Amino acid sequence: MAFFARAIRHSSPYLRSRAPPPPAVAASCRWISPTAAAGSPEAGAAVAPADPETPPPREPVGGARVELPSNPEDALEVFVDGHAVRIPKGFTVLQACEVAGVDIPRFCYHSRLSIAGNCRMCLVEVEKSPKPVASCAMPALPGMKIKTNTPVAKKAREGVMEFLLMNHPLDCPICDQGGECDLQDQSMAFGADRGRFTEMKRSVVDKNLGPLVKTVMTRCIQCTRCVRFASEVAGVQDLGMLGRGSGEEIGTYVEKLMTSELSGNVIDICPVGALTSKPFAFKARNWELKGTETIDVTDAVGSNIRVDSRGPEVMRIVPRLNEDINEEWISDKTRFCYDGLKRQRLNDPMIRGTDGRFKAVTWRDALAVVAEVLQQVKPEEITGVAGKLSDAESMMALKDFVNKMGSDKVLCEGNGPSPPADLRSNYLMNTSIAGLEKADVFLLVGTQPRVEAAMVNARIRKTVRATQAKVAYIGPPTDFNYDHEHLGTGPQTLVEIAEGRHPFCSTLQSAKNPVIIAGAGLFDREDQDALFSTIETVAKKFNVVRPDWNGLNVLLLHAAQAAALDLGLVANPTESIKSTKFLYLMGADDVDLDKVPDDAFVVYQGHHGDKAVYRANVILPSSAFSEKEGTYENTEGCTQWTIPAVPTVGDARDDWKILRALSEVAGAQLPYDSLSGVRDRISMVAPNLVHVDEREPCTISSEVKPPVKQQVSSTPFKTVVENFYMTDAITRASKIMAQCSATLLKK
Amino acid sequence: MLPPAARLAARRLLGLATSSASESAAARRLSRSPISYAAAGCSSRLFSTALNYHLDSPENNPDMPWEFTEANMKKVNEILSHYPSNYKQSGIIPMLDLAQQQHGGWVPVAAMNAIAKIVEVAPIRVYEVATFYTMFNRTKVGKYHLLVCGTTPCMIRGSREIEEALLEHLGVKRNEVTSDGLFSVGEMECMGCCVNAPMIAVADYSKGSEGYTYNYYEDLTPKRVVEIVEMLKRGETPPRGTQHPERKNCGPAGGNTTLHADMRRQW
Repeated sequence: MAFFARAIRHSSPYLRSRAPPPPAVAASCRWISPTAAAGSPEAGAAVAPADPETPPPREPVGGARVELPSNPEDALEVFVDGHAVRIPKGFTVLQACEVAGVDIPRFCYHSRLSIAGNCRMCLVEVEKSPKPVASCAMPALPGMKIKTNTPVAKKAREGVMEFLLMNHPLDCPICDQGGECDLQDQSMAFGADRGRFTEMKRSVVDKNLGPLVKTVMTRCIQCTRCVRFASEVAGVQDLGMLGRGSGEEIGTYVEKLMTSELSGNVIDICPVGALTSKPFAFKARNWELKGTETIDVTDAVGSNIRVDSRGPEVMRIVPRLNEDINEEWISDKTRFCYDGLKRQRLNDPMIRGTDGRFKAVTWRDALAVVAEVLQQVKPEEITGVAGKLSDAESMMALKDFVNKMGSDKVLCEGNGPSPPADLRSNYLMNTSIAGLEKADVFLLVGTQPRVEAAMVNARIRKTVRATQAKVAYIGPPTDFNYDHEHLGTGPQTLVEIAEGRHPFCSTLQSAKNPVIIAGAGLFDREDQDALFSTIETVAKKFNVVRPDWNGLNVLLLHAAQAAALDLGLVANPTESIKSTKFLYLMGADDVDLDKVPDDAFVVYQGHHGDKAVYRANVILPSSAFSEKEGTYENTEGCTQWTIPAVPTVGDARDDWKILRALSEVAGAQLPYDSLSGVRDRISMVAPNLVHVDEREPCTISSEVKPPVKQQVSSTPFKTVVENFYMTDAITRASKIMAQCSATLLKK
Repeated sequence: MLPPAARLAARRLLGLATSSASESAAARRLSRSPISYAAAGCSSRLFSTALNYHLDSPENNPDMPWEFTEANMKKVNEILSHYPSNYKQSGIIPMLDLAQQQHGGWVPVAAMNAIAKIVEVAPIRVYEVATFYTMFNRTKVGKYHLLVCGTTPCMIRGSREIEEALLEHLGVKRNEVTSDGLFSVGEMECMGCCVNAPMIAVADYSKGSEGYTYNYYEDLTPKRVVEIVEMLKRGETPPRGTQHPERKNCGPAGGNTTLHADMRRQW
């Protein structure tokens, strides 16, 4: 699958897939052949029409769509194996072949990285060229006659393959890349049936890159994808190509761990088994795994992922292509948090006995106990808190349930004392993640995107690299992997900009598409209304919000935040929790448990025995994101679904089902019995949450907001995410994340 | 610290710690097996570069303070002035050369870090350059670093004997420094002196970057090369260029025999 599926992903922004292929289709695409359009050259000839003058146009590789420029002069025509194709100017020969439906083998070429041209696998014959041409590095010229299937091209590939295999160890049976290895696949499709090398193969010392990436450097074919990824996308200049000739190797020269939050992606881009996943090493073969295309919930980005499982166990998580959100990368937290799904899980409903110990009980007993307590407390003493990993369905059920019991104290953690839920544009990333690429000036207010949303940070870095966009930052000193200007640490700097007294104003003034990103950490501040009104003043002053451009953004922290605000889980946490007698925690572990009154009855419904369990009186086990169907809205307001990949553990149930059952026992039955019923209910409250993969623009501008009388305080902004690797119940339970925190975080 | 395997590989590559006795014993053991050819090929497989990774030692570690001397700093600025300010990294190679002269013939990792700081690139970019070019020594060399050309013309004309004579006379192995710290012997590729093969180049680091010389000694015999080493040891400067008594530069022995006439008249 790897080669073909990657070929689809490798398509440049011009070549966008129509939709992520369903697993069945992707599996059927495992067949590799020199001509992607047909299984064999003979078959290709058979389907060719009788009229040799006008062969029919072929489908691009992977069903990609080619966007030709509007000006016809910016397009040109080339001939690939006799088929005429129109391509935009600036395409390489390799891209032209992809448009023509011919998949060129490659190792070093990667559409999101700079072109190296050092593996030579993509050699094709070009008419009037004396030698085969490395198609990845050769710009297509008008009228070029490219031949990909001639004896010259085939022999050239065979020769290259023989050289690549010369020093490559024959350890495929014990190699973790086996089965999804580009070298394996392509040597089957394009290699010769024998080699002539009889000397000893070389061996290279393995490098220690940290707890995530395992290296077997002898397998390396020096494609330098990892070096280019590290320096271009991840922004850590640690890897390099050392030595020369046959002694050449990838390394760091001095002993150094790869301290990037994106380091796991080198595992995916490595075409051979040189860089593999350390936690996944020798755990499973890729053909044993069932892939489930779902989304990630460890941050508010909602990266598209594929959860690979074997039986009831999640074996690994790999990224899925989504140009608008995560491109084809994911953060290390997303990729390696999966072992947290197997540890510290809550299996059975439990009640804390008089001796302070938990006792496993049946669902019937647990729900009866909770319902009984519910009858005894006053309605306004009931508080429901949704956790940061909650899906929209369960939050809807929680809100309906608490409201039915007569209380309006239902909230989601992380949204601060007075959540800005009135206008959607006040809590969403209005520019959209992909839209950030059009920006030329960034002003980051109290947000450290590198740890809060690594994929958004990767997008900002991409923009900074591509267009030299300027980045200014107000907040505590922190790590950036791109050039930035640190304007100040507190709100005064922001006020200075709003009043036009700051030197940075001139930069903002001259910006074409300025972007302001405010961190969700500001929600927790007392002066948040004043802060956001100051930010809006800045936005107005520098034309950040225009009919054709909305550069005013809030970067959220948690997967549940946006949906919670859409659904109206907006009670004040401090007041609600202080006065509560019945606290319903739905996966909420980061509420201030010290403030909970001692006589309050705490129900913890969640999937991990994390912080809040210590205070809970009753535990109701629920399913994690990998085990349920749930709706999540990411920070840009894009609604996505998770798909269950594995069965739940023990006696756990979906969150909304537990609430539905409890409501019946408590005598306030919720009016829905199925997932579609809950979604119908959601569509009444927040219709955007049922429109999956869509971003609904915010129609009402922020000008309708009432004037703010509050003054900004002088307290500097705080770091919101102290430990990138451990932010929620799943990642806190993960051993791998604990290792990362221990070794990779700066002390 | 590197794993033990890395250390072992390092020692093997440098040919330092493995005693010749155990080596020959291993060779004997292997020669009985059918893969003896391959094994021989492996042990004789030569790498033109030294190790491609750094091993911390008291005299070579990143925490060591290192900077260019004041005189060399002027040269550094002169080097930088040749390139646009956004292409400072173009100066990496001349700066590494300067650092090597200043540091007695080799570049410690601290010097590479210092250069990276000057040209404003990540240290790994300097490491890449330093490991690529075999002229940059990343481990200690002698004050006189003798480089024997091993490329085909010199090899045919007896460069192996030259190297053997050198190693035997100095009592060292390749890339090893003599106990007095004066000499080390290395190998390099063609220096364009094929007409006077075999040849060695002597990099003289004994006088710092001011008195640094890099002389070729050509038309060597095993006897003559030992004489040259002895002269260097005594502090003399042997005449550079061809060592053949009857040759002048690259001309034939005994003077020119053809093309005596004025060429212009011929045409």
